[in-house]
Amino acid sequence: MKERLIEKTLFFIACSAIAIIFLIFLFIFIEGLPVFVKTGLVRFIFATNWAPTKGNFGILPMIIGSILVTFGALVLGIILGLACAILLAEFAPLSMVRILKPLIELLAGIPSVVYGFIGVVVLIPLIRSTLGGPGFSVLAASIILGVMVLPTIVAIALDALRAVPISYKEGSLALGATQWQTIWRVTIPAAKSGIIAGIVLGMGRAVGETMAVIMITGNSLKIPTSLLDPVRTLTSNIALEMGYASGMHQQALFATGVVLFIIIIILNTIAILTIGRRG
Amino acid sequence: MIKKFWRGSLLLWSLIVILTLLACSKNQRDSIILAGSTSIQPFAERLTEVYSQKHKNFKFNVQGGGSSAGIKAVKNGVCHIGMSSRELKKEEKGLYEIVIAYDGIVIIVNQNNPLTNLTLNQVADIFAGKIKYWSELGETKSLKKNRFGRINVITREEGSGTRQSFEEIVMRKERIANDALVQDSNGAVREIVANDPNAIGYISYGLVDKRVKALSLDSVIPSVETIRQRKYPIVRSFLFLTKCPPRGKLKEFIDFVLSAEGQKLLQEEGLIPIR
Repeated sequence: MKERLIEKTLFFIACSAIAIIFLIFLFIFIEGLPVFVKTGLVRFIFATNWAPTKGNFGILPMIIGSILVTFGALVLGIILGLACAILLAEFAPLSMVRILKPLIELLAGIPSVVYGFIGVVVLIPLIRSTLGGPGFSVLAASIILGVMVLPTIVAIALDALRAVPISYKEGSLALGATQWQTIWRVTIPAAKSGIIAGIVLGMGRAVGETMAVIMITGNSLKIPTSLLDPVRTLTSNIALEMGYASGMHQQALFATGVVLFIIIIILNTIAILTIGRRG
Repeated sequence: MIKKFWRGSLLLWSLIVILTLLACSKNQRDSIILAGSTSIQPFAERLTEVYSQKHKNFKFNVQGGGSSAGIKAVKNGVCHIGMSSRELKKEEKGLYEIVIAYDGIVIIVNQNNPLTNLTLNQVADIFAGKIKYWSELGETKSLKKNRFGRINVITREEGSGTRQSFEEIVMRKERIANDALVQDSNGAVREIVANDPNAIGYISYGLVDKRVKALSLDSVIPSVETIRQRKYPIVRSFLFLTKCPPRGKLKEFIDFVLSAEGQKLLQEEGLIPIR
């Protein structure tokens, strides 16, 4: 009897956690719906003019902004993250791994506002004085976000690389391949799905990041034409304007949230499917 | 047993919900509700905070929503005091208007910028993106030596009261260009202008400090005097609106706002007092 009670309680708690997610989605969707109905889904997503207090609701610049910033972050994150994971999995002695791995994980523990602050104080003046432009740019955001996604990519890629059976490597080495050839041709392809899952999860983090991005992208509404142009992402659009928004403006921000929500659901589904395929 | 558990939790939840509802409605009924301009909101919060410390029987509820919403709310009797940071339009007249303070919006540039004066039209052209380079700004000798290139325009986010006033007074029919940087507070705008030699932005008079340079507009230097006399072109009055001439508790509170003490409080927070 007691056991069943505990079981039911746990079940109830688990259900309420799921119910909360469901309620959040429902709430965002209901709040955003009037804008979708009024401007039309296609026009909301593909119009380039965002002036909510004057009745223009177009979030294309923000969608492009989110994609650009995320892509930039991934270029940096993948190169550094993969290199790091390979070093830790294949070359580094155990003592080095014991120091390096927690340090990289520590990167995930730094609050995003601190990343943003470093960006504003160090990176942006540097870009402004060396490359020109306002400094607030796709480039700055890509660099900061690239560092922010590192721990995710390194941790998951490292697990995947370590999970490759030692016999694969031994076989390759026995056939006369060098260590580098073995890593490049055998270990990485064998760990591919895990590495991709890490990248997709990192992508999710980059798309969803808000605070640091607000501080370093400049939030302008023009579709950027160069890496040095400022941009606005979907997340910063919501956070930036929510304070004073009311009426249709507020609903348009919720609608932005719906678009963001769907993008992140798609990314997470891809990640879960690729991890699942491995097992 | 399990049924009892479910029933118990249901009871608990409904109790919580009912209590919250009760708490909300009680709060609504007894307190003085202020609603409207988001620019006045922080000042109203400060005023009500100080006032209710001295008068324990007063309760306040300060809400935002924007000037238009505040005007509408006080007309419909949804709130007791409407807050507006713009003049009332013709169709909105008929309310009792009390000017509680003035605020000037100041155009700021970097300390290293040689510019000292702009006309209102030049400011509008800069923010509309028609003037893109500092070198386009007239024949000023100092500007010829200006090594600065492109103007980096910094504006506030959509919905901000400061931006709304700036658009109404300076931009009129024009729109602020899409490539302007957007920041969500006066402080953030000031921070960028202080660090970027090519930046230009606008902030409330009370927040101007030594790290940025305030430009004179149409040759009028922004100061407490020029703003109060409305010689400086970008001035907005902060209004409290009531449906009928205030009486009782409302009058007591508004008298406090207009008293030397209330005005001093507003001045400390960076506004221009009415006297």
